[in-house]
Amino acid sequence: MIDKFSADFYQNFIEDDRWKYIVDGLGNTIKITFFAVLVGILLGFLVAVVRSTYEKTGKLKLLDLLCKVYLTVIRGTPVLIQLMIIYFVVFGSVRIDKVLVSVLAFGINSGAYVAEIFRSGIMSIDNGQFEAGRSLGFSYPQTMFYIIMPQAFKNVLPALGNEFIVLLKETSVAGYIAVQDLTKGADIIRSRTYSAFMPLMAAAVIYLVMVMIFTYFVQRLERRLRNSDH
Amino acid sequence: MKKQILALFMTAVMAGSLTACGSSAADATTAAATEAATTAAETTEAATTAADTAAQSKEETTAEESKAADSGAAGGVLVMATNAEFPPYEYHDGGEIVGIDVEVAGAIAEKLGMTLEIEDIAFDSIIPELQSGKADIGAAGMTVSEDRLKNVDFSDTYTTASQVIIVKEDSDITGPDDLAGKYIGVQLGTTGDIYASDYEAEGSTIERYNKGFEAVQAMLQGKIDAVVIDVEPAKVFVSQNEGIKILDEALTVEEYAIAVKKGNTELLEKINKALGELKESGELQAIIDKYISAE
Repeated sequence: MIDKFSADFYQNFIEDDRWKYIVDGLGNTIKITFFAVLVGILLGFLVAVVRSTYEKTGKLKLLDLLCKVYLTVIRGTPVLIQLMIIYFVVFGSVRIDKVLVSVLAFGINSGAYVAEIFRSGIMSIDNGQFEAGRSLGFSYPQTMFYIIMPQAFKNVLPALGNEFIVLLKETSVAGYIAVQDLTKGADIIRSRTYSAFMPLMAAAVIYLVMVMIFTYFVQRLERRLRNSDH
Repeated sequence: MKKQILALFMTAVMAGSLTACGSSAADATTAAATEAATTAAETTEAATTAADTAAQSKEETTAEESKAADSGAAGGVLVMATNAEFPPYEYHDGGEIVGIDVEVAGAIAEKLGMTLEIEDIAFDSIIPELQSGKADIGAAGMTVSEDRLKNVDFSDTYTTASQVIIVKEDSDITGPDDLAGKYIGVQLGTTGDIYASDYEAEGSTIERYNKGFEAVQAMLQGKIDAVVIDVEPAKVFVSQNEGIKILDEALTVEEYAIAVKKGNTELLEKINKALGELKESGELQAIIDKYISAE
């Protein structure tokens, strides 16, 4: 039993330096997720500001329409299709770094969800806060950034953390455009050794540990932000 | 009370799910299921039913497993695992899976007096399917290799094929030696992938696509420099796309065979005998000629 386990372990990870597929893949997964989160926050923030400004003041009608189209299209189609469209259609005839393509695809996808999370946060803040800010002489953007946003951010943090956990796991489809991410790394080992257990379990455990570490930090941040509640 | 029933039900379900882990786990399962059943008898009838169902499903699985483990083909059905994305060996044509492997396997099944059932799965899942007894034979343009021989047994070869290099017509790659330092597209898990991966040491980047045509598509779009793939699908790709060619010098030449579960010599002998007859009668060559136009 133990012998078979260690033999399997040797065949799947040690022989021919196969562990490198997992490590390289993990690096790419982290890279893709990290930059996609940044793109997602940036896009989501802009879209949320446009949308809530329109809802509160009726301004930016055209931009709001554009944002609505973006949300509908991105949330209405699978991320895998979006990824392949960006790789095989949008960048149809150029040699482009596939990690970059993945960052764009997952970032644009995540942005749509982050936008709605941010907007729900902004809308959750009582209008009295907004009116108080304006009556104290803050301009609209100032009220937004100094009064509404800090409170909204605290409210949406759990939902935001959730979105990034989903994003991290969603990057596992990047292998479709031959990016060697963590899942693809495990797949390559699987295609060499024909055993499913070891590589898939290794990938699963690594994803799990990453999510657990991330959750821990989100919880700490939440606690920090709650300090001001009293 | 409600909680107890739920807990019992969960135990039963978990016990049932354990059966998938093979024979050693089956004993533990029986024990767990019995235990669950005994406890259940003491509490409620509803829970007993749940435990019974689990125990029953366990028995069924064991029965199936032993049947499959048997000669692998006793049921009169020969299950063939393949990945129907590999023309002309196996591909979808008008809702049906056709190709050389399909017809060869069909002819063998006929000789054995069995009916052929085709299972279309991912290429890298074929060997695990054979090992777990879900399929009897694997025929998917599989090359006999050392690594694969560790996990399955192979029949006599029924055809040879080579791994060739496809490049754009204006490419500066003229032979395998020029692949060093280039971007090479392959289909994940295929022999082309294994051989091309040797070039990683020489600075090449291997891009492993899930499908062969995606690698060709990426090359047409200028994303990669060359595609390494079996000669037969390569011919199809080249005939369907303009501006690409197969290099005269092949990367490797290899032999295709049918894979069976390791140790299933009974089935293997039957297949080899049938293959021999097919070769002698010229039927095998006829099938190959039907799909591959002689040059």
